Amino acid sequence: MTLLDVSGLTVRAAGGRALVTDLSFTVDSGERLGLIGESGSGKSLTTLAVLGLLPEGMTVTGSAVLAGTQVVGAPEKRLTALRGRDAAVVFQEPLTALDPLMRVGRQIAGPLARRTGLKGRALRDATYEALDRVRLPEPGRVARAFPHEISGGQRQRVALAAALACEPALLIADEPTTALDVSVQAEMLDLIDTLVREREMAVLFVSHDLAVVAKVTDRVLVMKDGRAVEEGAVRDIVGAPREAYTRDLVASARALESALDLRSAP
Amino acid sequence: MTTPTDLLATEPRAKRPTRRTSVTLTAGAVLTGLVALLALVSLLWLPYGPDDTSGGRLAGPGDGHLLGTDKLGRDLFTQLMTGSRIAFGAGLGSVAVAALIGVTLGVLAAFAQGWLDDTLSAFLDILIAFPTLLLAMLVVAARSATLGSAVLAIGLAQSAVVARLVRILVKRVLTQDYITAARTSGTSWPRTVAGHVLPNIWPTLVVNLALQFGLAVLAEAGLSYLGLGAPPPNASWGRMLQEAQATFTTAPAGALAPGVLLVLLVIGVNLIADGLRDVLDPAGRGRRS
Repeated sequence: MTLLDVSGLTVRAAGGRALVTDLSFTVDSGERLGLIGESGSGKSLTTLAVLGLLPEGMTVTGSAVLAGTQVVGAPEKRLTALRGRDAAVVFQEPLTALDPLMRVGRQIAGPLARRTGLKGRALRDATYEALDRVRLPEPGRVARAFPHEISGGQRQRVALAAALACEPALLIADEPTTALDVSVQAEMLDLIDTLVREREMAVLFVSHDLAVVAKVTDRVLVMKDGRAVEEGAVRDIVGAPREAYTRDLVASARALESALDLRSAP
Repeated sequence: MTTPTDLLATEPRAKRPTRRTSVTLTAGAVLTGLVALLALVSLLWLPYGPDDTSGGRLAGPGDGHLLGTDKLGRDLFTQLMTGSRIAFGAGLGSVAVAALIGVTLGVLAAFAQGWLDDTLSAFLDILIAFPTLLLAMLVVAARSATLGSAVLAIGLAQSAVVARLVRILVKRVLTQDYITAARTSGTSWPRTVAGHVLPNIWPTLVVNLALQFGLAVLAEAGLSYLGLGAPPPNASWGRMLQEAQATFTTAPAGALAPGVLLVLLVIGVNLIADGLRDVLDPAGRGRRS
């Protein structure tokens, strides 16, 4: 079943310049699609457009159907009902994506209460459970902390917990490991991988890092300058890239890896 | 194996973010507190009745009258005490009006787009440019010279300043990632404003409201001085100043006493505003751990 069907999606800036041009792709329920490209290639705008959350002044044309609802041109009220339930987002920078003046627990309890209708003690227990599930030690302490009182890796776990608290059909992960220390990145990827598999959630994973995308997704869409360049299974793309840009991406990813191999060789 | 609930039971109370105490805040609180105490005591007890003229005209300090009497023979200290009540009433009332109208208008203006945004901004600019005194005279002409009219006029004038500040603050907060993040999880606009926007503009807003309180006290004194504030026999500090003007050389206490209290109160709330800025500043509070 098709969960997200984007076709002919075009996003224009206030001046009329096209930032995303005629983009088409689909994500089936339970499927994991990687969106890869350099910064400025329109990846993040695509994810925001899919939820009807583009910054003021930008215009969208084309079609983006999320769980049967046409997002482009939909009224705000219908979009609010859609967001969270059908798709939730984990952003790149957890420090700015969490409200600096609200305790972490409340930021997870909010969407949790909206979905489940829980209150009081039950809601608090569910919040602790959500924190526990993203492997945060001492959920009780973390829940009462403000975002600036916990580490970057912990913050991203909190953001992930908040997104998962919505139990969305589609999890959109927008460069969720880019702002993290390298040592924490792998853990975070594993965590997303495990939690998403458990729930059979569909994933739209946005990244500029081919290695990261290859780890989490089955299929990849390569973007450049707002256009889709190439699409295919991860194995095919990495093994036999057809387009010049994709070859560059694969080559640079390999170059990094082989540099590591050379260093570690005796 | 510890479950989340066990942790809650054994853990000491949540650590609040370190509240830095501020010398400025304390000094301001003490000054303001002294005048507030005067106002509170005046509700329960006064040295003389407000209309008691038994002390004789323009009696000097001492002899049963701490600060002497005015030209009608009323006790000055008694008038000072009832005046402090009016000062606080004017300050709190004006700020309440300004906050209510200002925050509502400011949030609406922040969300308004195109011509509506332009119109609202122009309206606020005109209201700010409009002299408070003229506005007060209009309100008094439309109603009558009462404390309520003065408070309404001052509050209206200040609401424009508050609205413009709130509009800018809200616009800035709305561009933040955490607002987008809240929206992606399906938070409706009203909930986003109540839960994320208002709390995040609050530190800056409350400092400004404290400053507005001081300005409102001064404005009320000015209006009363001109006879546009609380009508006699209510002893507003402004009216006390005006009445003592003619006899300033022979009985300076009548003008000095309300003048000094006015200055103390305004300095007090300004210090509180400064102190609050230091304590509440999110930039100073965050990023330090």
